[in-house]
Amino acid sequence: MASYVRIEPENCKGCGLCIAVCPTRQLSFSGKFNSHSYNHVQASNDNCKGCGFCYYTCPEPGAIEVYHDPAQGGQGGAQ
Amino acid sequence: MTLMEKIIKKPSTMYAQFERKPGADKENTHYCPGCGHGIIHKIIAEAMEELGIADRTVLISPVGCSVFAYYYFDCGNIQVAHGRAPAVATGVTRSNADNLLISYQGDGDLAAIGTAEIIHAANRGEKMTVFFVNNSIYGMTGGQMAPTTLIGQKTATTPFGRNALNEGNPMKIAEMISILDSPVYVARTSVHDIRHIMQTRKAVKKALQAQRDGKGFALVEILAPCPSGWKISPQQNAEWVEKNVLPVFALGEFKDEIAQRDGVSRARTTATQAELLAVLGLDSEEHVFSPRNEVFSRMGILSAGFGGQGIMMLGQMLSLLGMRHGLSVTWLPSYGPEMRGGTANCSVVLSRDPIGSPVVESPELLIAMNGPSLEKFLPRVAPGGLLLYNASIIEQAPVREGITIVGVPAAEMAREAGSERAANVVMLGVVAGWYDSFGPEAMQSVLADFFPKKDLLALNTRALDAGMAWGKKMRTGQ
Repeated sequence: MASYVRIEPENCKGCGLCIAVCPTRQLSFSGKFNSHSYNHVQASNDNCKGCGFCYYTCPEPGAIEVYHDPAQGGQGGAQ
Repeated sequence: MTLMEKIIKKPSTMYAQFERKPGADKENTHYCPGCGHGIIHKIIAEAMEELGIADRTVLISPVGCSVFAYYYFDCGNIQVAHGRAPAVATGVTRSNADNLLISYQGDGDLAAIGTAEIIHAANRGEKMTVFFVNNSIYGMTGGQMAPTTLIGQKTATTPFGRNALNEGNPMKIAEMISILDSPVYVARTSVHDIRHIMQTRKAVKKALQAQRDGKGFALVEILAPCPSGWKISPQQNAEWVEKNVLPVFALGEFKDEIAQRDGVSRARTTATQAELLAVLGLDSEEHVFSPRNEVFSRMGILSAGFGGQGIMMLGQMLSLLGMRHGLSVTWLPSYGPEMRGGTANCSVVLSRDPIGSPVVESPELLIAMNGPSLEKFLPRVAPGGLLLYNASIIEQAPVREGITIVGVPAAEMAREAGSERAANVVMLGVVAGWYDSFGPEAMQSVLADFFPKKDLLALNTRALDAGMAWGKKMRTGQ
């Protein structure tokens, strides 16, 4: 199972910091607005490395979860 | 492989649901999109989780955007007055040496109104970790200049840009703290990009670890973006910091003496339970409350009149009397700016159980010493309650269904005892006589505390005895 990112649309404020930090460019604005009127981010999960950069860059505690598959190498969480 | 899978997500040291946050949304922070506070909250929570310290950590929330930090962190929380976090943290750490203290402060809080507190807490080497969030602006109040605002930076209060001659230079807190002898660790980091976020994680954990190991005072200044205050989009955060902030605020560890220090261990400065009871005169058996009636399981009292009538003192004497009987008590004064005249009242709660709030909405006992107070508070007396009013001043007898109303000729009785000014003590006597719940020794000791001079004590003893006899007679005569 490959690494992947789970975005909770209701907990995203659409600041876009995660989009800019993703090394594999797999995050983007969805163009859809959540109940707080934010254009939330979506994850394609194409080639996600599970690095965790998006989680640490995101100011919201509950918007992003990263599932890192150790088979893909790297340490996950960029320890 | 699923077993090995690592999940990076909200730490357990943050509440799953932010129940303390008002409104329907219990999952998102109150911060603006792209704010640095959320990033830093997550880093601190992660370090608390990894070090396993959450259950003995007390986080002090400041005033500023992060005033509601206690919505989020699942640890001990105290929210304190502006700039006073290091002072409160000092109190907590000195009285509870096993606790870990986090003082979370912004630049307005720490570097403006709270400058004295932080300098002295650092200088004393208090066992606390300070996370100083520097975003070079006042966020919550709408983008005014902070002590850390950059030269030339336009804010609501520096519309033409900060000018060193007018407003001084950006204050470099980390450098200032680092030259003091006591702190063990002082660093400045930033969360404007992922590389620096990772460095901040290390510094935050190191500072907390130092405290866990009992080393002493640590401060991490964290440069944080405020896109709302800077009037830029969050995507411009990193560029703005690189261009404007980093040239002024150097990053790095300014002091790291963690390894060299033995740690702080202070002699206990707080009293034990037994010592406290001794100080309060509650250590002897005779003061243990044995009620002759059930009225004092919990009783809210309102004492009201005008300034100068001894209203506050009456409340204090009732409170002390309660204490001498082993009750929990509160005394909450409320008065106008006038020293004499004007209105004055105080709320007293006597309770056999711990008291949640000192506010008395509907008193079981109202002592009204003048007309305006009677008018104001009469409707609030609890059904079945007692009103004692000063009949010497209030000529028109009040009327209300469902309560007991007693007019006390307080001034006349006080005059007979020696001075009209003892009317408040007469009232105290009437209360004691009516309820018949206080021991005579305790009554005498309270009077002696308030009137150390012999002649005044004698006068007030007469007033008290007269009130007691009168109160008892009124009660039994009915």
